Amino acid sequence: MGMNMTEKILATHAGLKEVAAGQLVTCKLDMVLANDVTAPPSFKEFEKIGGPVFDNTKIVLVPDHFTPNKDIKSAGLSKAVRDFVNKHNIINYFEVGRGGIEHVILPEKGIVAPGMLTIGADSHTCTYGALGGFSTGVGTTDLAVALATGEAWFKVPEAIKVKLTGTKPAGITGKDVMLTLIDMIGVDGALYKTLEFSGEGVHSLSMDDRLTIANMAIEAGGKNGIFPVDEVTLAYIKNRVKKPYTIIESDADAKYCRTVTINLNELVPVVAFPHLPGNTKKVDEIGDIKIDQVVIGSCTNGRIEDMRIAAQILKGHTVHKDVRCIVIPGSQQVYKESIKKGYIDIFIDAGAAVSTPTCGPCLGAHMGILAAGERCVSTTNRNFRGRMGHVDSEVYLAGPQVAAASAILGKIAQPKDLQ
Amino acid sequence: MALTGKVWRYGDNIDTDVIIPARYLMSFDPQELASHCMVDIDKSFAKNVQKGDIIVGGKNFGCGSSREHAPVAIKASGIPVVIAASFARIFYRNGINIGLPLLEIGKDVEKISAGDKLSVDTATGEIKNITTGDVFHAHPLPGFVEDIAKAGGLINYIKEKRKNA
Ligand code: SF4
Repeated sequence: MGMNMTEKILATHAGLKEVAAGQLVTCKLDMVLANDVTAPPSFKEFEKIGGPVFDNTKIVLVPDHFTPNKDIKSAGLSKAVRDFVNKHNIINYFEVGRGGIEHVILPEKGIVAPGMLTIGADSHTCTYGALGGFSTGVGTTDLAVALATGEAWFKVPEAIKVKLTGTKPAGITGKDVMLTLIDMIGVDGALYKTLEFSGEGVHSLSMDDRLTIANMAIEAGGKNGIFPVDEVTLAYIKNRVKKPYTIIESDADAKYCRTVTINLNELVPVVAFPHLPGNTKKVDEIGDIKIDQVVIGSCTNGRIEDMRIAAQILKGHTVHKDVRCIVIPGSQQVYKESIKKGYIDIFIDAGAAVSTPTCGPCLGAHMGILAAGERCVSTTNRNFRGRMGHVDSEVYLAGPQVAAASAILGKIAQPKDLQ
Repeated sequence: MALTGKVWRYGDNIDTDVIIPARYLMSFDPQELASHCMVDIDKSFAKNVQKGDIIVGGKNFGCGSSREHAPVAIKASGIPVVIAASFARIFYRNGINIGLPLLEIGKDVEKISAGDKLSVDTATGEIKNITTGDVFHAHPLPGFVEDIAKAGGLINYIKEKRKNA
C-alpha cells in the first residue's frame, strides 16, 4: 500500500519497510535539538540514565530564549548548556553572537536537510518540514532519552493533505496562508496529525514562506508539517547542506484522512485576534484597532525575506508616535545581510528599535514586554493570554507586511492603507 | 489504582503558557513551578489545590509550547491524573514520559463540573462521577506506551530496558 512522506521517513528510520497510521515505532534520530529553557532540566534526567551522549555531531544546542541573558537565573541556564557542551564536546553549539534563533539557524546553516528525522525540545521544531524532512517537538524527558540513545518513540500520525492551488499573489505572505489554514481547520484541526502540503501552488511559495508555514503546523495542533522537495528547496540547500540527503516523495496511492484545498489566488492579508492563532480575520474587515507595539521577528518571521518586506514598507515612513516598533533579525546572518542591503538603516530612520537576534518578546521573556491593556501586532506564532506580558495585554498575529503598515499607521493596517 | 478526588474544571484549549507562564521558566524546581500553576487563568488554584484533586479540561488541553514544566507543575501540585476531551500531542507525551496519567474521554467531559467528586481507575480507564452517578471510559493507552506508564515514566522504562539488554 502507498505511503505518504511522513510514513516513509518514519519507516526508514524505524528500519521497517512499511508503517501505517496508528502504529507505534521507535526511530533512529538524525538530529536532536534543545535550547536554554528545555536543555538544562533534561541534563538531570540524562544523568539518571548514565553514559555518554549517543553522538556529539548529531546534537544542536542553541541558547536563544532568555539571551543575551536577561538576569542571573537565565545566565545560570545558559551556563548549564555551555558546561554540557564542553563536557560532551557538542559540535553544533551556537553561542550568543554566533547564531540566533534555533529554527532560523538550523535550515540556514544546512544542519537539517530533506528526508532527515529531527526532534527538538521546542514545539516549533516542526519548522524543518519545509525542507521535506520529518521534524517535531518533544519535551524534556524525550530529549534526555534522545541525548543518551539517539532514539525516540512515535505514533505514526494520520495525514491531512493541504492542496494549494493557484499562485501566491504579490503582497501575500506565508503567514497569510497559514493563518487562513488554521482558521479553516481550527487550532486542534490537525491534532496528532501531519499536514502535508502539495499542489501546484507550492512552487509559488519561497523557502521563507514555507518555513513560516511549517513553523506554525503546531498552532493547528499538528505533529509536523511537510513540503515536497522542488527546485526552490534545491536552490536553498545548495551550498548549505554538505552531507548526503534523501528526497522523499509521497506515493500516488498514499492515504490521507482529509483533504483541505486553499486557492492562493483568493488570499488577502489576515490577522489572528487574541487569544488564539485560529481567530483569523481579514484586515479589510476589522475597523480601527489602535496598537501600542509592533514586533517583527521570531522563528516564524525573522528571516531575510521578512526583513526585506518590512523595510520596503517602512522606507520613507516613520513609526507612529504612539507605537514602539521592535525589529529582531532571526540570526546573525539575517542581521548582517539586513545591514548590507540597507534594511537596518531604514528601520532606524523610521524610528524602530533593532535588536540582536533573540526569542525575547515572542514568549514574553524580555525586550518588549506588554503592560496591562496594551496591544501588540506581532509576526510571532502565539497570541495566548499573557504570552507577551501582562495577562490583560493583547497580541495580534500577522505577516511582516501587515506588521510594518500597522507600525506606521498606529492601528492594524495593510500596505494599501498607506496610499 | 483507584483515586478519588475533587474536580478543578477548565475549558477548551488550555495552553501551556497559562499552565505555567514563561516568566517562571527560569526554574525547574517542581514545587516552585507548582506555586505558579494556572496563575494567569485561576489565581485560586495554586493556593487552594488539595493533594489528590483532579483537573478536568476540554479539547486540546496543554496546547502550545513543549515545556515539560507544564505537566511537572500540575503533578507537583498534587494532581494524580488529568482528564480532558483531548490533549495536545506534546503535552500528552510529556505527561506519559513523566508518569502523570492522562485520560481522554471526548465529549463525556461535559458531564463533569467543577467541584464534582470523581473516582478514577487509571489502569482500566474507568471514571465514576460520584456526584452525578455517571460512569465514563477513557481510551486505553496503546502498546508500549502503557509499559512506559507502568514503569512510572520514560527514564525508568529506558533504564529497565538497558538493564535487561
Ligand atoms: S521565537 Fe518564539 S516561538 Fe520561536 S523558538 Fe523562540 S520563543 Fe519559541
